[in-house]
Amino acid sequence: MTFYVIAEGVIAFLLVAGGIFAFTGSLGMLQFKDFFMRLHGPTKGTTLGIGCILIASMLYFTITQRELHVQELLITLFLFITAPVTGHMLAKTGLHMHLRFITSTRGSIPEFRDEDVGQSRVARPARAKHPWKYRKAKRSRMRR
Amino acid sequence: MRALGRYLPTPTLSLVLLVVWLLMVRSIEPGQLLLGAFLAVVIPLLTQGFWEPLPRVKHPLKLAWFVTYVMWDIVKANAHVSLLILLPRREPHPGFVEYPLEVQDRLVITLLANTITMTPGTVSTNIRLDGSSLLIHVLDMNEEQELVREIRERYERPLKEIFEC
Repeated sequence: MTFYVIAEGVIAFLLVAGGIFAFTGSLGMLQFKDFFMRLHGPTKGTTLGIGCILIASMLYFTITQRELHVQELLITLFLFITAPVTGHMLAKTGLHMHLRFITSTRGSIPEFRDEDVGQSRVARPARAKHPWKYRKAKRSRMRR
Repeated sequence: MRALGRYLPTPTLSLVLLVVWLLMVRSIEPGQLLLGAFLAVVIPLLTQGFWEPLPRVKHPLKLAWFVTYVMWDIVKANAHVSLLILLPRREPHPGFVEYPLEVQDRLVITLLANTITMTPGTVSTNIRLDGSSLLIHVLDMNEEQELVREIRERYERPLKEIFEC
């Protein structure tokens, strides 16, 4: 009996903590002064918030249905892969659009080089061999 | 063995895909296993053109340790950012830092940029296409050199050791 009480407490705590973290992440959008600072709220505040809620969900369904529920881990995995990418894309777009930032910002944006804005080409490393293209190349060499 | 290498270029990715599929459908019936195996073979082959040559993980244990303390750092970062938002005792000092990269491998740089975005008050904003440096926006910056040193010691060096590049 006490086990269920403790589990209930833990789940409730995780849900509340997750809610608070997700809320502060959104509140940051309101409070910070410029675009780049507002970016910090959603990329981080929400990660832990959603993480807490997913752990709570895993615990709840594992305990109540008496079977292991781990597919919430997948949501965490996808979130951890995609959240930084969207953050990076937003920040990069902000830089390219020369969005204003508050004057107390330290350091300065380094100038874009030609290759950063697509004015000149960049040498890229060799690509992995493609299975079908690789075979075709081999065949044509044999014909010759 | 070479034919196996051609049709199964990244065994680890295939294994991960199979596990992810089985987790998504929540069953290990033979039919689902077969479908999962099919996807695990076809998806890497179709997406192979997009992949950079992948470096090998040389030290799986170190990778596990790295993931663990990055998780802990994420928790700390969240608490820190939340405090900064809820109890603004003083104005935070945002700033841009140009972080000179040591690693050259593109996948490792991607991992590093992702880690930086997930952890303490930093978002990676721009990467030089020649891979020489990473531009980072910091929410609350005290000392530029200190931040660069912290990222180097805490994230870049371990990643470098894990992939040995």
